[in-house]
Formats: sequence, C-alpha cells, structure tokens
Amino acid sequence: MRQITYRDAIREAIEFEMRRDPRMFLAGEDAGRMGGANFVTKPSFAEFGTDRIKDTPISETAIIGLGVGAAVTGLRPVVEITFMDFMGVCMDEVANQAAKMRYMFGGKAKIPLVIRTVNGAGNRTAAQHSQSLEAWLTHIPGLKVVMPSTPANAKGLFLSSVRDDNPIIFVENRMLYSKKGDCPEGEYLVPLGKANIMKEGSDATIISWSRMVHTSLAAANLLAKEGINCEVIDLQTLVPLDKETILASIKKTGKAVIVHEAVKTSGFGAEVAAIIADEAFSFLKSPIKRVTAPDTPIPYASKLEDEFIPNEAKIISAVKSIM
Amino acid sequence: MQINKEKMLEMYKTMLTIRKFEESVIKLYASGSITGAAHLYIGEEAIATGVCANLNPDDYITSTHRGHGHLIAKGGRLDLMMAELFQKKTGYCKGKGGSMHICDMSLGIIGSNGIVGAGLVIANGAAQTCKVNNKGQVCACFFGDGAANRGTFHEGLNMASIWKLPVIFVCENNYYGISGCQREMMNICDISERAKSYGIPGITADGNDVLAVYNATSEALARARNGNGPTLLEFRTWRHRGHWEGDPDEWREKEEHDMWVKKEPIAAFSNYLIENNVAAKEEISKIEDEVKSELADAISYAKESPDVTPEQLYEDVYFNG
Repeated sequence: MRQITYRDAIREAIEFEMRRDPRMFLAGEDAGRMGGANFVTKPSFAEFGTDRIKDTPISETAIIGLGVGAAVTGLRPVVEITFMDFMGVCMDEVANQAAKMRYMFGGKAKIPLVIRTVNGAGNRTAAQHSQSLEAWLTHIPGLKVVMPSTPANAKGLFLSSVRDDNPIIFVENRMLYSKKGDCPEGEYLVPLGKANIMKEGSDATIISWSRMVHTSLAAANLLAKEGINCEVIDLQTLVPLDKETILASIKKTGKAVIVHEAVKTSGFGAEVAAIIADEAFSFLKSPIKRVTAPDTPIPYASKLEDEFIPNEAKIISAVKSIM
Repeated sequence: MQINKEKMLEMYKTMLTIRKFEESVIKLYASGSITGAAHLYIGEEAIATGVCANLNPDDYITSTHRGHGHLIAKGGRLDLMMAELFQKKTGYCKGKGGSMHICDMSLGIIGSNGIVGAGLVIANGAAQTCKVNNKGQVCACFFGDGAANRGTFHEGLNMASIWKLPVIFVCENNYYGISGCQREMMNICDISERAKSYGIPGITADGNDVLAVYNATSEALARARNGNGPTLLEFRTWRHRGHWEGDPDEWREKEEHDMWVKKEPIAAFSNYLIENNVAAKEEISKIEDEVKSELADAISYAKESPDVTPEQLYEDVYFNG
C-alpha cells in the first residue's frame, strides 16, 4: 500500500469531499493561499479559490459563528481554529451555540459543522501554542470529538466527520503532520465511534489516542521483548466513545493503562478510567493507571518539554507497576 | 416611500399581535402557567414589524433573548409559541427550549438566543448561505445596545464588511441593558457611528415610528440584496417592562420612562392611519378583534396540549439520521 503523510491524507480527504459536495467550504485564518497554519490545503487553493476556501480575519468567534450560521442554513462548513489553545476565544459559539442548537430547538435544526483544530506539544512553541484540550470538548453534550493518529484514519475519519450532520471537533496533532503511513486511495471512510486495536495482546491493555498511540505502540514493542504482551487500543473517536472495544479488552487482560498528552487532572483518561472501574470492575486485577502530562502549563525549554510529554519509559514503567 | 394600505394594516396587526401576546405572557407568568425567563418586547414592536415587513419567508433572521416580537413579525405561529412557553410537547421546541430558544427554520428564524450578541456572528453564516444560493436572500440580525459592546459585534461587522455579505445589523437601542445605561457603557452617543469603523453605512432612526423603520430597512436591504454589503441600523426605542418579568426595574428614571410610554408605537400608528385616512376606526377595531381571537385560540391550544414526556430529556442531543 502507498505511504503518504498525515498532512497529505487530510488534504486528500478535504479535496475529495470538496469535489463531491458543492455545499462544502473551508474557512479559517490563512486557510487560502497558505493552506492553513500547517499548510495542509496549500495545493488545494488553486483548484477551489476564494469562493470555497475563505481567508478570515483573526476572529475565532466570527469563524465559528460563520460555521454555525452556514451549517444550520444548509451548507457544509469546515472551519479551522489554528491552535487548540485558541478555543477559549470562541467557546460560546462552540459550546452554547453549535452544541446546543439542535437540542434547544427541539430537534428542528441540525448543525453539520466540522471544526478542525490542532493539538500537540513537542514543537517548543510553549504554553499557549501546544495544549491538548479535548477534555473541555468531551464535556459538552452535542459535540463529537475525533482525534486521528495515522494518515489512514485521518483521511477516513475526516470523510466520516464531514458527512456527519453534527458539530464535530476534528483534532489534528501537529507532530504527526509529516509522519508517513499506509493510506488507501480514493473514497475511504473510517466510522466515527469505533476504536481500533493496533496491536493485540493479553497481558495488559494500553488505551490511547492521537500522537500518544505511537508512543504507546513503541512502548508495547519494547515490553513484548520482555515477554509482556500489551493490547494497544487507539480510540480514534472520544465522543461517541467505543466502550465495547475497551471493556472487551479489559475483560481479557484485567489491566488498564491510559496514555494521553493532555494534563492529568480531569483529562479524558479520567473518564475512561471511571467507565472501566464502573463497568469492568470484577475483571480488574490491578488499579487503573494513567500516564499523562503533569498538571502544569507547557514549558519552553526542550529538556522541560520533553519531560512534560509522556514517553515510552513512563508507559513501560506504568505497565510494569501493575504486572 | 409609498407603502400600500394593505401593507400598513398588516404592520398594524403585527404590532398589535406582539403587544397582546406579550400582555398575555405577563398574566400567564404571574399565574404560573409560564415559568423560567420571559423578556418582553412591549414598546419595541415597531422595530421587529418594520424590519420583517421587508423580508420574505426565505430570508433569515437571528433574534435575541427578547425574541417574541421578532418571531411574530417573521410569521411565527402563536399557538406553537404559546405551547412552547407552556412547556408543552407541541411547542415550537417540543418544550425543550423555552422563551429564549424558539426557532422556526421553515420561516428562516434561526432562533432566539440566550447569549447576548450571539446572533452577530451567526448571521454571517446565514448570509454566506444566501450568497451561495444566489437568489437574493438576506439575513437580518437583531441585537441590543448592550450587545454592541461585545466582541461579536466587532468581529461580525468586520467580517460582513470585508466579504460584502447580504446581512443587515439591526440595533434595538432601548438605552438599558438591565441596570446599565447605554450612555455610561460607551463613549459615543449614536451606536450607528461605529459603522464608520467598518466602512459601512450607519443610520440612526426613530424605532417607535414603524414607517421610519420600514423605510430605513428597505434601503439597507436593497444594498444587501444587490451585493453591496451590510448596513448598521440603529433604532431608538424603549422597553415598557423590566429587562425580565420580575425585574424590579428600579434602574430607570420615571420621567424618561413616562415620556417614552407616551410615544409608544402602536397608538402612534393607529392615530397616523386614521388621521391620514388610510383606515377607518372600524377597520382598526376589526383588526383588534381578530388579534384577540387568534390569541385566545393560541392560549387554548397551549393549555390543552400534552405535557412533555420523560424520554424527551435524552432526545435530539445528536442527529442520528
């Protein structure tokens, strides 16, 4: 199978759907000629132009408002918040408007809006340009939260997201954009709400998402050399959550380690842990462990940032602590 | 501009319907049939009426927390509105939204909104749809003097101005948020002055004169429909009741209040119609009777409608279609 980058896989998905559905349009800061802050759609501008890829002012509130208003009146907007750290600026439009309109209006409206945004530390861009804030968004009923980890699921999850009629936060990880992986050609969909078992095993379950899936796989491969065979689950979608796959794995292994690069307190790992403790308690052979960033802002200095982000050693240590 | 008699009588009926609807809400709220929050439009009827009289069913509006007037003026059904306020399953929002969240997408009403200033950025999205549809549709965005200080005002007007979106921004300046007075909350006098910052036309007019509202809106909409972009309209008015039903309303001067109530828009318009021989007293009376009857039907409908059911709590969080 051909290998392309995560960046190109997302662009492929965007272009595919833009050609297929004339109601779709993109909008965001530097979305046009630059293709977004991470150059994802730079080659696309020549084909679609300013009518369908709109450069906006620095106005996150207006960007999401544009998306909400266009979606509720029949278009398929894909808007971009260039850094997830900027979500605070437009939180009303996301949480009080996009997420709630369908419910408040008694089901008489739908908001088919995709909000692309970017998380991820590791770039030395420090506290206000590196956060993973998915926990904020998983806490708002009415939103779906999708976090691709590979070129294939980035393409497939994007196509599923843009065809879903709900407001969806599509979180791309900046450290993955240049990473290559297998990616099917043509129309390829990965369903929302389904986790993917990246590696099978029966000694322990590692549950992760986004970039940490790769770190978890690397840790699992090292542990395998020591005879500890971990099952690694990539959630792919946080909301709606694939509880079935998680619980089936815990029933098999009895041991859970959750890995995310968001900070520990009230991270989405806490939610997954609570679900496992509630619904698979009798299968657990040891406490549920979370390997996360510490409860600090993200530091600038490389050595400090590297300590902040979960690594293979910390995951290995956590798994061993429950064996 | 010449407005024909039929249109003028329609506008009179709309204003009266809003007034009588809101007066019913006062009584029903006091008696407990309606609960939660109610923000009444009494005194401001000429604005919703004069603006919406220029709109077609396929034009859009974004409304505010004080939305009953906009809903009625855009053609909203009294029975479904009343049933919603009565928390009934047959209400516009199936009892899930309440006064501040009523929408009718079939009439282009993208909802009342409980967040002050929210519509200022949502309207641009609807206007973008209008642009793409290329049928001359527009969106009218209602907001108040308080909302004019929100960031959404700045971001919304700026974005609409650079893309020449088919939207008009209608500021209902009733001088007060809750207790905060517009004069103290901004360093300028006319909110329409802010239009200069966005390179768009800004007009201030008497919001208690339905014909003045109608005419100013008509010009602004012509610009919007022809691809010449947004206008900021500021209509000066006064709300007769407190900010919310239950507001002690101790924050406004009695003299100012009395002065405005004296020039309230409905009596002013009925006097105009009669003095200018547009309509006879009997025609006005006939309209009053129609309004009374339609409202009574709406209240009966609401009273007799079934209550919400427990499973509705979990419905419509997502679209599963």
